[in-house]
Amino acid sequence: MHREEFEQIVQAERDKHRAYEHHINVCTALGCVAYGSEKVVDALEAEVKERGLEHKCKITGVGCLGLCGNGPIMKTEPDNQFYQSVKPSDSADIIDHLGKEPVKRIHLPQNSPFFIGQQRVVLSNAGKIDPEEIESALAFGAYRALFQAATEMTPTEVLREVTASGLRGRGGAGYPTGLKWSTVAKMDDTIKYIVCNGDEGDPGAFMDRSIMESDPHRILEGMAIAAYAVGATEGYIYVRAEYGLGIQRLKKAIRQAEKMGFLGNNIFDSPFSFNVQLRLGAGAFVCGEETALIASIEGQRGNPRPRPPYPAMSGLWGHSTLINNVETFANIAPIILNGSEWFAGIGTKKSAGTKVFALSGKVNRVGLIEVPMGITLRQIIEGIGGGIPDGRAFKAVQTGGPSGGCIPQEHLDTPVDYESLRELGSIMGSGGMVIMDDTSSMVSVARYFMEFCMDESCGKCIPCRVGTAQMHELLTRFVDKEATEADLELLEELCDMVSQTSLCGLGQSAPNPVMSTLRYFRDEYLQCIAPAQEPA
Amino acid sequence: MVRPVEVAPPSDDKRWRIINATMRRYGYKPHALIETLHAVQEAFGFLDDASLSFVAQRLNVPMSKAYGVATFYHFFSLKPPARHNCVICLGTACYIKGSDQMLKSLGEAYGIEEGEITPDSEFALLSARCVGGCGQAPVAVVDGEVVSGLTPDNVVAMVREKINHAS
Repeated sequence: MHREEFEQIVQAERDKHRAYEHHINVCTALGCVAYGSEKVVDALEAEVKERGLEHKCKITGVGCLGLCGNGPIMKTEPDNQFYQSVKPSDSADIIDHLGKEPVKRIHLPQNSPFFIGQQRVVLSNAGKIDPEEIESALAFGAYRALFQAATEMTPTEVLREVTASGLRGRGGAGYPTGLKWSTVAKMDDTIKYIVCNGDEGDPGAFMDRSIMESDPHRILEGMAIAAYAVGATEGYIYVRAEYGLGIQRLKKAIRQAEKMGFLGNNIFDSPFSFNVQLRLGAGAFVCGEETALIASIEGQRGNPRPRPPYPAMSGLWGHSTLINNVETFANIAPIILNGSEWFAGIGTKKSAGTKVFALSGKVNRVGLIEVPMGITLRQIIEGIGGGIPDGRAFKAVQTGGPSGGCIPQEHLDTPVDYESLRELGSIMGSGGMVIMDDTSSMVSVARYFMEFCMDESCGKCIPCRVGTAQMHELLTRFVDKEATEADLELLEELCDMVSQTSLCGLGQSAPNPVMSTLRYFRDEYLQCIAPAQEPA
Repeated sequence: MVRPVEVAPPSDDKRWRIINATMRRYGYKPHALIETLHAVQEAFGFLDDASLSFVAQRLNVPMSKAYGVATFYHFFSLKPPARHNCVICLGTACYIKGSDQMLKSLGEAYGIEEGEITPDSEFALLSARCVGGCGQAPVAVVDGEVVSGLTPDNVVAMVREKINHAS
C-alpha cells in the first residue's frame, strides 16, 4: 500500500463518519454490557429506524467511556454530551434532544469532577471508535504511526524516539521501554519475537481489558512498530482466558489488520513483515511474570526461571524476545505521531506520560481513568473519584494488587509516579486502585492478599511456596485474635525472608501488602494479639 | 520434521474434528498443548483421561506433562461441568464489598461449598480471582454472563432468577 492509497482509505472513512449529522456512541465494554448496554443500542437503533433517521444518526457500540460504575454510559457527538445509567426507555428522549439541550435526568455534565484532571493518550480513541471495525479505527488515525515508522523512519530512529520519550513499562516495574527495545535490537539473532503481556491477573485491575475491548488496533500497531524497531517478525499476544470479549475483539482486529495489509508480509510495500498470534492464558497469576509467560506460550506449565538470561537475550524458544505490557504498546503510536518531546512533556521528569488506573472499591465514582503521572492520590480519590460513599471515612488506597501495598490518609498528597509509590512501600503496579473505607480491616486485607499469593504460588521455589503458606497461617491467627507477640515477630521475619529469597516477582513482592499494613496500621495488628494467659 | 503420530480420537464424536483442526493449525507441535486443551474444554466442557491421553499422543508430549499442564492452570477442569454455574468474583474490589459473604449465602442455599457441584449436577459454585468487572463490584458470572448489583441478601434470588430464566 502506498501513501496515496492509505490516505484515500483514511479519507473515505472520515467522510463516511462525517456524513452523519449525529453520532451516538454507546459503551459496549464489559462493565456497561453487564448493565444492559446492548439493549440500549437495540432500542436506539429501533427508534432511529422508526423515525427514518438512518442516514442522519449513527449508533455505534464503542469501547470504555470511563465511568463504569454508572453504566451504561453513552456520548453524543458532535454535541459532546455524556449520559449515564441509560435505559432502553430513554431512547426517544435522547434522540429528541440531539443538537439541543441534553436530557436532564440522565445527563452527566462535561464539567463533572470525574473528567477534571484526566488526560487521554492511551484511551484517546476509546469511546470514539467501534472496536470491531478497522475502518472506524482508521478514521481516527489508527495505523498512521506504523505507516510513518515503516516507510519514513529507520529502526534506529524509532528506537531513538521511544527512548527519548522516557516511556517506562506500564506493567508495574517501570523499566525504561527504550532501553529494553535497544537491548533486543542489538541482539544478533536470526529470529526475534515480540510478546504482548495481556495476562492482567491483579485483582482490582481492568485497564488492559478495557484497552483490548476498546481499541485493539492500538495494541497491534504498537507491537508492529516495536517489531520494526527491533527486527522481529513474529508476535504473540498472551491474554487471560477470562477476558472473553477482549479476546473476541482482538481476534477480529488481527484478522482485519491482516486483510488490510497492516500485518503480514511486506507491510506498506516495505521489506518489513510481521505476524501476530493470540495465545490464551488458563488462569495462572504467575504467568504475568515474563519468564512464566514465555513458558506458557511454549505450551508448558507456567513456572518462572531465574534471570539472567533475560528474555531480551534468551526468551521464547531460546530466541531474543521483547515483552511489554498492553498499555506500554498502546502508548507507542501516539509517541511516534506526536514526537518524543510531546510525550516527555506530560507527567513528571522521571515518569513521563499518563497512566490508566482502574478506580474501584469504596469510592463514589468507580471507573477507568487516565491521568498524567505526578497527579496526587488525593486528586484522584477525592476529585475524580468523588470521595467515599455513605459518609464514611477514607482509610487506605491499595495499589499494585497482591504485589503492592496500602497507602494511608497521611500520604494522600504523594504524587503518583514509580519512585514515590515505591518509597511508600507500594508499587505503581499495572494500575489497579482499590479504595477502602473505615469498615475494612487491614489485617484481613493483608490475609486476603496472602491467601491469593499462596494459591497462586507456582510451587517451584521454597521461600514462596512454604513462606506464603506460613504467613497466611500467622495472619489467620491475627484475624482470629489469637496471635501472640512472637507471631508478630515471626511474621516480620518471614516477610523479610520471602521477599529476599524468592525466585520471581510473585514471591519477592508477596509480603508487600503485609509489610505496608504493618508499617501504617500496626495498631490493628497489635489489637489482634490475645492477652497473655495467666500462668496456671 | 517429526511426522504426526496417527492416533484415533477416543470416540467418533464430531467435536473431535475441531480438536484435530486446532492441532493441525499448530503443525502438531508440542507447544500447541494449551491451545488444544482450551479447544477440548470448549467443546466437551472438561478434560477427561481419554481426551488428555489423545492430545498428549497426538502432540507427542508425555502424558505426565499433559496432566501437569491441565492441573497447573485453574481454567482447566478435570470434572464434568454442572448444568449451570455461578462464579463469584473474589477480586479486591468485590471482596471489600462483601463477596465472601455472597459466597457463603449461596453455599448455604445450595448446600455445597465453593468449588463443589450439587449432587444432581445442576449447579456449581465457583470463585474467581478477578473477572475485571471491578466497576460493578461485587459481581458474579452466571453461565458466562456478568451479573452486578448483588448483595449477600439478594444474591441467592438473583442467581436463581438468572438460571431459571436461562432454562
